[in-house]
Amino acid sequence: MGESIVVTSGKGGVGKSTTSTNLGTALALSGKKVVLVDTDIGLRNLDVLMGLENRIVFDIVDVVEKKCRIKQALIKDKRCDDLYLLPAAQTKDKSSVSSEQLRWLVAELKEEHDFVIIDCPAGIEMGFKNAIAGADRSIVVTTPETTAIRDADRVIGLLEKEKLGYPPKLILNRYRPHLVKEGGMMDVDEVISVLAVDLLGVVPDDEEVIRAGNEGEPIVLHNRYLVAKAYRNIARRIQGETVPLLVLEKERPWKARMKKWLGFA
Amino acid sequence: MGKVLKPGVTIKGSKDGLHFFLDESRPFSTLLSELQYKLENASTLFDGPDTNIYIKIGDRRITREEEKELRALFAVRKNLIIRSIEAADGKPYLIDNEDGIHLLAGTVRSGQVLEHRGDLLLLGDLNPGGTIRCTGSIYVVGALRGLAHAGCEGDERAILAASQLRPTQLRISDVVSRPPDEWDESEISGMNFAYLLGGQIAVDKMHHLSRIRPEMEWKENRFRK
Repeated sequence: MGESIVVTSGKGGVGKSTTSTNLGTALALSGKKVVLVDTDIGLRNLDVLMGLENRIVFDIVDVVEKKCRIKQALIKDKRCDDLYLLPAAQTKDKSSVSSEQLRWLVAELKEEHDFVIIDCPAGIEMGFKNAIAGADRSIVVTTPETTAIRDADRVIGLLEKEKLGYPPKLILNRYRPHLVKEGGMMDVDEVISVLAVDLLGVVPDDEEVIRAGNEGEPIVLHNRYLVAKAYRNIARRIQGETVPLLVLEKERPWKARMKKWLGFA
Repeated sequence: MGKVLKPGVTIKGSKDGLHFFLDESRPFSTLLSELQYKLENASTLFDGPDTNIYIKIGDRRITREEEKELRALFAVRKNLIIRSIEAADGKPYLIDNEDGIHLLAGTVRSGQVLEHRGDLLLLGDLNPGGTIRCTGSIYVVGALRGLAHAGCEGDERAILAASQLRPTQLRISDVVSRPPDEWDESEISGMNFAYLLGGQIAVDKMHHLSRIRPEMEWKENRFRK
């Protein structure tokens, strides 16, 4: 019996789908059986980020309408053996599934997989309510921007009311240490003090994420990036490990050495 | 009942019925037990035809729970019918909620509304986009970042106080104010409270509160046996 985790944010464009993809991949890389469920019906993206768009035959609406078996709709990932994607329908809208149907679907998927990652659509309407229906846990993704935090706060309030069993956890995405240092961006502590939830991880901002997304390749597969390390750490924390937060700001070694040599540090 | 010089409950008869005067200087629970004693033990006094009861509670105001207890005492005598409960000078006899401050904990998040009758003490934060509305005063042990409305039914004496007062908007009674944009860190560090001063909302340091509301200042009052 696996565990279902919904990835949500309220605001659009903060990196829900990117987070879902990378966490799913990271969990699969650590040997777990994972299925990603795209519930953004009408605006499906997850398949593109995974580079699996051209393999879609059946989608989530076909499954809940029993036009196909669940197994038939699951797309196996190109790179990981134990990673599957259940794509959203593109030609339908959010009203084509109900929360009961999704609850059933997630329960079925949990039988076969260790983790069911549910990628939630933006907003707090029907799509959101459907997506959280079958979830055991929830992850709220936000960026350190006031608007995103405001929406995240709203969503946390809604999730707390749902009583999913565990309080929601936070991923702070697109964090820019340099901007924070200059005072142009909220720092981690400030965000946490406003949202009053546990932090699951901080993901630094990196252009490579966009490049990887466009190529349909989750960045977590490329170990040389700090972002990949951040996602892997989050995946380990989801599995119950205690992993310290990454040091995002690295001072250039020669500079540090120079300072030390000159007696400043 | 201990020895009391003057009874807490005085009963006077008139042509309309019986008037019960409850002394406001005694604790309500003492009055209740005295009243119970009188109702249960003066067996013959209250027997007879249906009698109208008028209860005067003086300068005291009671909660709904206390009113219920009071009415329950009279229920043992079927012929005693409570016609009215009155405070002195025709003031409302009920306080909207418990006497004192109602205590709640948790975060009021964006989109959430916390409404309360009476004074409220929140142990937690009020986040931007969230609202607290009270008929009395609002005290926040935590950060007040959202919209707080004290005295929302017209109480101009209500105040707003928080360990960190950095609201999006403050309202007291029907006065609306948004904090001046030029508030800097130094002004919002430390505890502040907001109150109505000449039709406008003023903000001051918490340690000035006792000067502005002298009736709230604590007075030395040791435990007595």
